[in-house]
This record gives sequence, C-alpha cells and structure tokens, in this order.
Amino acid sequence: MANLKELSKHAERLTGGHRLCAGCGAGSVARQTLIAAGDTPVVVVSATGCLEVSTSVFPYTSWKTPFFHSAFENSAATCSGVEAAYKSLVKQGKIKDEPIRFIAFGGDGGTYDIGLQSLSGAMERGHRMLYVCYNNEAYMNTGIQRSSATPKGATATTSPVGKVQQGKEQLKKDLTAIIVAHNVPYAAQSIIGNWNDYITKVQKALNTDGPTFINVMTPCRLGWGCKPEDSMEMVRLAVDTCIWPVYEVENGKYKLTLKPRGEKKPVTEFFKLQTRFKHLLKPENAELLASIQADVDAKWDKMLALCGENK
Amino acid sequence: MVKTVFSKGKIVAKTGNEVMAEAMRQIAPDVVAAYPITPATEIVQIFSQFVADGKVPTEFVAVESEHSAMSATIAASVAGARAMTGTSSQGLAYMWEMLYIAAGLRLPIVMAEVNRALSAPINIHGDQSDTMGARDAGWIQIYSENSQEAYDNMIQAVRIAEASKLPTMVTTDGFIISHCMEVAEVYPDADVKEFVGEYKPERALLDYKRPFTLGAIDLQDFYFEHRFQLAQAMRDSKKIILDVASDFKKKFGREYSFYEKYQMDDAEVAIVTIGSAAGTTKVVIDELRKKGIKAGLIKIRVYRPFPAEEIAKDLSKVKAFAVLDRADSCSGTFAPVYLDVVAALYANCASAPKSENYVYGLGGREISMEHIEEVYMKLDAIAKGIKKASTQLEYINVRIK
Repeated sequence: MANLKELSKHAERLTGGHRLCAGCGAGSVARQTLIAAGDTPVVVVSATGCLEVSTSVFPYTSWKTPFFHSAFENSAATCSGVEAAYKSLVKQGKIKDEPIRFIAFGGDGGTYDIGLQSLSGAMERGHRMLYVCYNNEAYMNTGIQRSSATPKGATATTSPVGKVQQGKEQLKKDLTAIIVAHNVPYAAQSIIGNWNDYITKVQKALNTDGPTFINVMTPCRLGWGCKPEDSMEMVRLAVDTCIWPVYEVENGKYKLTLKPRGEKKPVTEFFKLQTRFKHLLKPENAELLASIQADVDAKWDKMLALCGENK
Repeated sequence: MVKTVFSKGKIVAKTGNEVMAEAMRQIAPDVVAAYPITPATEIVQIFSQFVADGKVPTEFVAVESEHSAMSATIAASVAGARAMTGTSSQGLAYMWEMLYIAAGLRLPIVMAEVNRALSAPINIHGDQSDTMGARDAGWIQIYSENSQEAYDNMIQAVRIAEASKLPTMVTTDGFIISHCMEVAEVYPDADVKEFVGEYKPERALLDYKRPFTLGAIDLQDFYFEHRFQLAQAMRDSKKIILDVASDFKKKFGREYSFYEKYQMDDAEVAIVTIGSAAGTTKVVIDELRKKGIKAGLIKIRVYRPFPAEEIAKDLSKVKAFAVLDRADSCSGTFAPVYLDVVAALYANCASAPKSENYVYGLGGREISMEHIEEVYMKLDAIAKGIKKASTQLEYINVRIK
C-alpha cells in the first residue's frame, strides 16, 4: 500500500503546463509513475504518442528527469539500450554504482501492435526495466484508429459504425497474458483512476530485479467520448463492470487487487457514458451487446479462477 | 613475404568479417546490439565470443531484430556509451527509420556494414544497393576495397564519428571481402586503444543529476535549423576525415583520403568505382598501360560526405571517364555514384569530359578483367573521337538488354 503522506514528500518530476487534454489519463500515468519512484533516480523513455508529443515540444520539456524518445515501435528496445549502457558503464567503473531505474512508456498502439516484438524481446532478455502501457484502447494521437486493444463493438475511425458494420468486429488482444507467458517476475493490470492500486504496483515493479510490465487502463475523453471530469470514473466503471480486471502476477502467482464496488455491473453501465459504444445500446444491436457481455463474463470467471477467488 | 607498415604490426590472414570483429574487439565499445544477417553475421558472432571469453567489457544485447538493434544502439549512445552494431542488406533496410534518427540526434555510432543485394528476388551476395539506398540518411559512409582497409576504416571511424557527431558506417563487399581470406596487418591492442581514445560524451542520459530531454517534437520553428545543422555537420566532417587520416598515417603508416587515385597523374581515360572491383580495375590498368593506353582509376572511399570539388578537379583532367555503380537506383536515369560525379563536375568545372555510367555486379554477379577492359577500350575510342559516349545507363554482364 502506498502512503499519500510519504508520497507527498518527494519532488515532482513531471511539471504542469504540458499540452495533454483536460481529462486525459496519460499525464496522470506519467506523474504517478514518477511519484511512485520517490527519490530514486529514473531514466524515462517513451514511444511516440500523445504523452511524448505533449510533454516535449522543443525547446520545452515537462520532464525534470532524463527523458528520451526516438520512435514509435521501440520503447522497450530503447529502454534495453539504456539499461545495457548502465550495466556496462557500472561494470567498467565509468559511472558510480548506484541504483537508477529505467521506465518505458508506450500507448496501446505502440505496445499491443507496432511495439509488440520490441517489448517481447526486451522481456525475454530480462533487462531490469518497468514497461508501462498506458492503454486507452485506440490510436488516439493520430485520431482514434482501432488498435488490437480496442474492445469489440467500439467505434473508431478505422472501425467505424456503418450500414453493415457496428464498430470493431474483433475482441481485444490479451496482452498482459502474453507478457505473463514470458515468465517475467512481475506483470499487472491497473487503472489510473485508483492511485493507490497503480502506485503500489509501480513501486513493486521498480523494486523487482528483472523485466516488469504494467498495463494501465487510461481514459481518453476524446476517443471515448466522455466528459473530461468523468474520465477517471470511466476506468473505475471498467472495474465495476469487470471489463478490465485489475490484478497482478507476481512470480507466477495471480492476485486480484481491485474488485467491483458492490455488485458486478452490466457492461452497459460502462458503455452508456461513452459515445464510442452508443450504437451498441440500440435495440437492433441487442444480440451483439449480449455477445460482448457473455465474453466479459467468461473472461471474468476465468480471472477469478486464476486468482483463486470465488465466483 | 608481406611486410608490415607499422613497426609493431603483425601480418595475419583474415577475412573481412574477421578483421572487422578484431577492430571491434580492440575498440572495445561499451555496448553492442546486433542481430544476425548473412553475410555480416560472423562479425557479431565472433564479437559475441570475445564477450563470452571476457576479452571485452562490452554489454552485448542480442536483440530480436535489426530495428531493435539500431534502437538499442541509439539508446546506449544517448545514455553515454560508446555503441556499435553491424548489419547488411535487409537488416539495414529494416533499420531504415532508425538510421535517420541516429543521424538526426547526432549520435557517434559506428556500424560495420557488409554490402549485400536487396530483395526481391532474395539474394545473399554482394552489391551496394543497401548502403546506396541509405546514402541520404545522414550517415558518413566509408567503403573498403579489402580486409586491410576494412580494419583501418573501422578504427578511424570511431574517431571520425565522435569528432563530427555523425553516425558512421564502414562497408565491405559481401562475400567478396567479408568472406575472402586475405593478408592484413593488425596493430597491437594498446596502439589501437591509444589512437581511438576514451569516449567522453558531452551529455549522457545516465548523468541523472543533469537531466535533459532528447527526441522532442520539433515543429516549424526549429526543425529546419536542426536539419541544416546536420547537413552542415556532414560538410564539416570532410576536414575531420582528413585530419583523422593524417593522424592514422602518422601512427600506423597507411595513407587514406576521400578516394584513392591509381595512375591518375597522366590518365586520359578513367574509371570511378567503389569497393572490391577497384582491385580488379588496377590489374587491368597495369595491362592497358603496357599497351600504351593511359588508363586511371578513382576508387571512392568516402562516399558521404561526397568529395565533390576534389573529384571534379581530378576528373576534369581526363578525356573520358566511366562510373561503375554496383547499385541501380531504378530512377529512370542513372545510378547513384554517377549522378554525384556528374553533378560535381557540372558545379565545379566550366567543361567536363565525356562520360558513361555502367551498372555491374548486382546480386554478386561476377565482373571480370575483360569486362573492365571493354569499358576502358570504349572510353579510349570516345577519347579519340571514334565512338560516342552512351547517353543512357549501360549494364555490364547482364543477359537481357
């Protein structure tokens, strides 16, 4: 458990004044990640995306810690290179042997899709790094195109609603399961709408000697079509509806870290507040909606079983 | 009996790949990130053994692709490490995006590149299509005729890259040089180490007490100036390349410049080419000279930056020349080296000699002494006014016309 009083003692390493939208979750992900690191030196790398372009517009930067970006699909490979340099220079006595933590950020497009190979390589090679996927379920920076993290039925500009299609036709990829299959010592899903869950996980990951991964559901009020002031509540509803299970896998052991507030809610509670899902609530899409609910239910049951929880 | 040029040098029999790996061992970079690809695989394979045997302090990152190889090399360089990699052909093509980024970020990365044909059709043999395609990426390009040059170029490349803040690739012709056992002189580790010197980056990501942001988005207000600075650095690197060559000569005895001139002092007909074909050309020149044909050669070593003024000055003295390109840019006109050469002449000279452009050796296709002699004989006829120079791209030893 993270302690707010303790966290408040550390200097902020992501300054305000960046150019992310009001209600965007990406800035909160970056800020909370750095707060979680406390006073430990960190080097941050990022994939191309909203977080990167909005926090580093030359000659300005929001980062009061070393920050590097080079391309879209290579955040994990980039972090590998920095970590390798650290190991080499420490080993040769060229720099002091003191802990520096390495954090890579990428959106879901840069992680689930174009950066998957780079991420898999880095996880397999075992670099000590934390990879954070701030997952807002589509390519938001380029204008809301579908990614493999976009849920079934959601509309996006490359999976639009039309006369013969009702949004994205495929289920989203289970990336966290793929990373777990790499046998990394720590992998987790979280939401940015629960600071304690997220920060606790970041701290666990940073204290782990090996590759770690956190997939944090992060609202994009433009892409999701919700009110900026509601965006954090959106991801909490994703937990309440069991659309986004929040759990961790520590050395192979699954643990559910957040449960729905009260009774598990139907997916429509999440859908009705976001324009990307509004077509699913029409009577003619009842069958599609039911299939989505069935899929969420089945996956939730599977997750409960993995975590040793009762239905 | 082959003699050493450097008093402490040692004569060895090594392939191009072996000497490049040997140079890397002596340079002992902090980080190497690489991925296997024929015919460059051996370089990183041999180097991995050096790592496994504890002969170098290098952190070797066996990445899952060439894109990640260049990404990790870039990141290591930004972090403050001396970083190197190696690749060829499809691997270089897969790095494409990152090549431009390495240059744009002004990182002194050195890459061993073995020239190989590009797919399709897939072919593993030597031609220069791969690096010719990368000629505008902002990398210094140094080509090698043989193992000795490959070794010497690798050692010089570190100094050149770090002084110019430009990534530098050193190439050999795939198989012809990479896998051909040749006599080469290697220098003692201590002397190479002394020549290369310590890497002292101006700033490093790992120096967390002096944080900086690199790779920021650069819009209409700054991008142009930064790209201008990159182009200017390429222009300025010419002096650095000559200075390093001069130091190299002082230290090890071998002479290098932007290009090598062979029998050019009184040449009336000349061939301009790059890489291993130069060796064959020299033999042909020796034969032709016996017959009274004043043939000469310009073998380009440094293709980027392109030594335009210098080449124009040397070529303007001949009556006719041909550029032999081992790459075809499919431009509808001529091949890359020829275009640079004629632009250099047009910009620097009031009048220029007659010229022709040939593409040869794609996909490792043989080029023989007879082929080269034929080119010289045509040039001789052009010089004497007997034949006209072709106005289109010509091909050597290809069955389809």
